[in-house]
Amino acid sequence: MTYTSERPPIAESSESLRARIPGWGADLDPKDRPSVPKLQWQDDESGAHWEFPERQPEKWPRERSIEHEFLTPVFGTSCPPKGLSGAMRKFSYRKYSEGRAAHWLLLLAADRVDAWESHLRSFATLRPDNPVTETGVLSEFTRHGFSSRVGKKRADVKHHLADPIIIAGPWVLAAGLAYSAVRKVLGWRRR
Amino acid sequence: MRAMVYRGPYKVRVEEKDMPAIEHPGDAIVRVTLAAICGSDLHLYHGMMPDTRVGMTFGHEFIGVVEEVGSGVRNLKRGDRVMVPFNVYCGTCWFCARGLYSNCHNVNPNATAVGGIYGYSHTCGGYDGGQAEFVRVPFADVGPTVIPGWMDDEDAVLLTDALATGYFGAQLGDIVEGDVVVVFGAGPVGLFAAKSAWLMGAGRVIVIDHLENRLEKARTFAHAETYNFTEYDDIVVHLKKLTGHLGADVAIDAVGAEADGNLTQHITSSKLKLQGGSPVALNWCIDGVRKGGTVSVMGAYGPMFSAVKFGDAMNKGLTLRMNQCPVKRQWPRLFEHIRNGYLKPSDIVTHRIPLEHIAEGYHIFSAKLDGCIKPLIVTDAG
Repeated sequence: MTYTSERPPIAESSESLRARIPGWGADLDPKDRPSVPKLQWQDDESGAHWEFPERQPEKWPRERSIEHEFLTPVFGTSCPPKGLSGAMRKFSYRKYSEGRAAHWLLLLAADRVDAWESHLRSFATLRPDNPVTETGVLSEFTRHGFSSRVGKKRADVKHHLADPIIIAGPWVLAAGLAYSAVRKVLGWRRR
Repeated sequence: MRAMVYRGPYKVRVEEKDMPAIEHPGDAIVRVTLAAICGSDLHLYHGMMPDTRVGMTFGHEFIGVVEEVGSGVRNLKRGDRVMVPFNVYCGTCWFCARGLYSNCHNVNPNATAVGGIYGYSHTCGGYDGGQAEFVRVPFADVGPTVIPGWMDDEDAVLLTDALATGYFGAQLGDIVEGDVVVVFGAGPVGLFAAKSAWLMGAGRVIVIDHLENRLEKARTFAHAETYNFTEYDDIVVHLKKLTGHLGADVAIDAVGAEADGNLTQHITSSKLKLQGGSPVALNWCIDGVRKGGTVSVMGAYGPMFSAVKFGDAMNKGLTLRMNQCPVKRQWPRLFEHIRNGYLKPSDIVTHRIPLEHIAEGYHIFSAKLDGCIKPLIVTDAG
């Protein structure tokens, strides 16, 4: 009873739970759990044999948080910054700390620019972006897209309707703008 | 080599990429035999994580065989069958020396607020991930472990994140015997957190979600009492009624950035990206736990701010505990639990998808089609 000092009773005793659930209570002692205490000195358990790691060669100026004293000794080398999105990313890292919303908003904006730069670049290759295959949307027909949603009390179904607009909307807009631009150019030439 | 490649929000494909190279004497190259898509990969896939670059290969849950080692590697050799924790970490910085492997300070130049994670944007270090035929594994003497001969591949791959994270989440709840534990989210991490709560002596485990197939799994796999929040006007009030109006002793957020249940939160976070995540589940945790209780956050959020009900947390005197899981710290105990038959992680796997069909895999998992709970990615090497 919450409004008195008594705790509301639990329906099942520990003995009953131990009998019913495999492993119940195997980690009962809170002090004998792997992440207790949080800061626990790791005696030679890491496998490391260095005090400070050797430095990985920096093959291009690696962007880094200004909250770091120096470039970390090891880092990922996927996707070096390039184009306008790369310039935005480098500026964001150079100018703003992780504590500033501007840092993250600029990086998010760069992500959107990167996507469009990459889509446009793909049209100059033998494998242009294909929103049908790359979204995997055909699995809607092979993996029960309709029956997975209808009559299932899913809270997310209402905003699933917005997803195609978000995904296809910019493509439709871009196609419309391109069509309009081509018409204008042709009209200008005819004059 | 063949690798999954991000092409922009909601778009991925498989491409021919250069083989990863040894870039540091401590590196290894691992030939991936089995990988998985994690619920947190969907935050990248949906374009929510800042500095997710087109061309990156995702995947932080993978196992494989050592193909090549750098000149400084002592503990692994070519041909070893290894499981690789999702954390990239050095083992000797201030944080690693104290067991906070997920907070390593020597592997992520892009941010100090998060450690290194394979295939998880440049915000987490800019490392390509394991949804590919090969992957670079830094500090190979520290992170990877040779998979015990008795362990199944599917159990091993789930130990690299989902199981370890769920188990860690239950630990952060500081559960004591007889506690009422509520877990928001019946995805892989939530299922494992619920199951782990029993190991720590919970007296009652309640799981809340809106996907019936996942709630069914929570009942059968995690022996939990379940509720579909769409059936109640207010799930917090229902939770109070279930607990004699005290609230749960421990609440675990196993949902994170893309929680459903509040359209405004969803639109401002998932669609407009104006929040680091939709904190619906986190706010339910704060309101659903009893005064003086503990909230454990396992769900992943982006680095931006989120509309969290911090005043309620303060006024209720809550303890909020959270972190990315330091995976390898959990392994010895979890190996014991699997061997003793207390845990069978692969029971939650629903889909096994060839790498070449990964775009369908992402869509199925993202749109929750076909009863999908946990999709694995199978490479030709597997």
